[in-house]
Amino acid sequence: MGERSVHSKTGGTLSAQEIADNFDDLHPPLSAQQVQVEASRCLFCYDAPCVTACPTSIDIPKFIRQIATENLTGAAKSILSANIMGGTCARACPTEILCEEKCVLNTGEHQPIEIGALQRSAVDHLMETTTSHPFVRASRTGKTIGVIGAGPASLACAHELALGGHDVIVYEAKSKAGGLNEYGLAAYKMAGGFAAKEVAFILDIGGIDIKNGQALGRDFSLEDLRGKHDAIFIGIGVTNPRALGIAGEDLDGVSNALDFIEAIRQADDLSKIIPGDDVVIIGGGNTAIDAAVQAKRLGAENVTLAYRRGPSQMGATQWEQDLAATNGVVIKHWVSPLTILGEEHVKSVEFEHMRLEGGVLTGSGAKLSINADRVYKAVGQTLISDDLADLTIEHGKIAVDAGGLTALPNVYAGGDCIQSGEDLTVQAVADGKKSAQAIHAMLEA
Amino acid sequence: MADLRCTIAGIESINPFWLASAPPTDKQYNVERAFTAGWGGVVWKTLGADPPVVNVSSRYGVHKDTGRGILGINNIELISDRPLEVNLREIEQVRKNWPDRIIIGSMMAPVEEELWKDLAIKIANSGVHGIELNLGCPHGMCERGMGSAIGQVPELVENTTRWVREVVDIPVFTKLTPNTTDILLPAEAAFKGGAHAVALINTVNSIINVDLDAMAPTPTVDGKGSHGGYCGSAVKPIALHMVAEIARTAETQGLDISAIGGITTWKDAAEFIALGANALQVCTAAMLYGFKIIEDLNEGLSDFMDAKGYKTIEDFRGKALPNTVNWNDLNMNYDLKAKIDKDACIECGRCHIVCEDTSHQAITIETTETGREFTVIDDECVGCNLCQHVCPVPDCITMEPLENDLPYVTWPNHPKNCPISKKVAEKVK
Repeated sequence: MGERSVHSKTGGTLSAQEIADNFDDLHPPLSAQQVQVEASRCLFCYDAPCVTACPTSIDIPKFIRQIATENLTGAAKSILSANIMGGTCARACPTEILCEEKCVLNTGEHQPIEIGALQRSAVDHLMETTTSHPFVRASRTGKTIGVIGAGPASLACAHELALGGHDVIVYEAKSKAGGLNEYGLAAYKMAGGFAAKEVAFILDIGGIDIKNGQALGRDFSLEDLRGKHDAIFIGIGVTNPRALGIAGEDLDGVSNALDFIEAIRQADDLSKIIPGDDVVIIGGGNTAIDAAVQAKRLGAENVTLAYRRGPSQMGATQWEQDLAATNGVVIKHWVSPLTILGEEHVKSVEFEHMRLEGGVLTGSGAKLSINADRVYKAVGQTLISDDLADLTIEHGKIAVDAGGLTALPNVYAGGDCIQSGEDLTVQAVADGKKSAQAIHAMLEA
Repeated sequence: MADLRCTIAGIESINPFWLASAPPTDKQYNVERAFTAGWGGVVWKTLGADPPVVNVSSRYGVHKDTGRGILGINNIELISDRPLEVNLREIEQVRKNWPDRIIIGSMMAPVEEELWKDLAIKIANSGVHGIELNLGCPHGMCERGMGSAIGQVPELVENTTRWVREVVDIPVFTKLTPNTTDILLPAEAAFKGGAHAVALINTVNSIINVDLDAMAPTPTVDGKGSHGGYCGSAVKPIALHMVAEIARTAETQGLDISAIGGITTWKDAAEFIALGANALQVCTAAMLYGFKIIEDLNEGLSDFMDAKGYKTIEDFRGKALPNTVNWNDLNMNYDLKAKIDKDACIECGRCHIVCEDTSHQAITIETTETGREFTVIDDECVGCNLCQHVCPVPDCITMEPLENDLPYVTWPNHPKNCPISKKVAEKVK
């Protein structure tokens, strides 16, 4: 699949150029010839299973046919009309558990269509060649909607609302929009500053004003916004990293994987980031993999990903696990951290071997110690609900109805802060768009 | 191993594969490369009287499928643009160098007896095994009264054939144009003129596509394009039909047939032979892949013959002709039903949607726990085969004959064929 080498060509430490190369596109875009050949493989299935598998229901056979008939711009419009973040989803979606998993050619030819790569070729083409935004706003409605957070759910919601003629104010705590697309995905999935380019593309429709440095609870309250806007959309994600709850968590060298990834994403010079020599990642999701692979690509000598259950229970897809393995990450399954050891700085992590007994995860008593000068925690994040007092919180997430409406009238929510499908960009986009449509219908009523 | 030797118009060839008169046979260099590769013969690129014609740039356009497959080429190249003497001396030389290979001289001239006879004698004297009359070129030369301008008028086909027959004692092939309403008319004319064989089809008149930036047909010559001659696998069905008509019609059965038209694989070759062709000519396939394809053509045909127990070409030549009939001779009581192998099905839904949208609503779609299931409703299925053709999985959809114990009944004998329609049919006859 063309993954670039993570290793030094000379055997020494990685040069700055080698590190920069390591963080270029994991999969370079398909060539024009590859695009044509791949597109011509598509069977144009009826009621295609790939579409059903996409949370945003992109009409995949249609856009691939448009690519095959040399209408890349039309293909991109088909994609973006369903999913305005088609560019990020083409890069970051775990297609192996979504559209590509359902491709009938898995059965027919043991090789699905490379839907993600084709989608990228179309969207990139449009974004590189278009001089004007492909969609035109409806006439102004005079309504304004306040959107909290500028991640994928919020931006998708804002774009759909702007399209409908509403004006949108987005309140974002951080200095950049994009949410996890900008801060939380592995750099080699979003090479070339794509997250920022996509935000600019989305805003190009007009009618969306992003106010950065505006945090819920610190700079404004939900009540403030309800007084100002005709409707509110909450897309604040889950931003509170879970703690391990074990001794040594406060030692130097122990931090959150998301902070590590954010530092990489925001670095001007990757060679200045010291990944450590013995890196231990604790967790089993895609964030754990992103942190582990990037540590390796920065030049870390030993990277161990420790997960308390087995490969089939990992949140990371098989493809991601394979990616880690081929990048030289050692994955230790069935080990649960007991203590992080060290004086000021972390020196090792002590684990207990685990097993399932009658379906219950149980410690075996056997211990394992792994040397570590860096420990990155990737055991998930929780919703910060302190400033959402009037909303109903269920299972740690904001409770919503099918259209994303919360317990408060005119207040909607979507993305990782609600319980919908997988915690994925594509699901967030689907949520944001659905809420926008519900808000639009409500305002029109 | 099967014997691939064949005989056409009394000429014996080591295999039935000749290169057709076209750019691949324009000069000694190409022809000798073809013989080295294993081709049995060539029809040298068409010769005319000096001064030679002048060709334009560019010359070819292509019709592609959505991938990179080329379905057909259209060309606007004329006949040989090299002096006649140069061609004739090269022919002599190749004949000496390759005594076991066939060279046919292709020729064209304006409709004047003396011009045809002079040129035919010169070409025959170069030592060619036979002469082919190019009465088919549908572009350029026809505007000068040659090529298809002759081939479209049966009387001129007969005359030119006769003129050549009268002055040479080698076999004469008359090459026919498909750009005509009924191929039997020029074929009969060639027969009456004394042709030993017909060669068909020449290229089909066409505009292959339009360059939407230049707003001109391709191939585009300085901003303008012209109609040209279409060839390649896309024209094979047209050629198969015309070959079959000549082979199964009493008035033209005395003609040997050198079949041309999109022959790309050994299967294509076998199909033409099964419809009565004595030998074959290939051009486009070589122009797309080079001369090496002769290996697959020869070996594929030989392996097919071995598998079927045919020792010689004659063993299966024309074997499909008794089964090539008029529509009125088909059995109205034959009833096929599509059958879907659900284990082989990959659930693409193509069979369902083509039947639902464009045919007989005979394939249902049902969502199951494991996926989707497609089922044929026998009462609605008319056995049209469309689903089988669009299915991407080999042998997933089969067409099964219904055992209905009904006799073979043709339309003329069908109870629904009322007296009035019979009367009309008689009139049309």
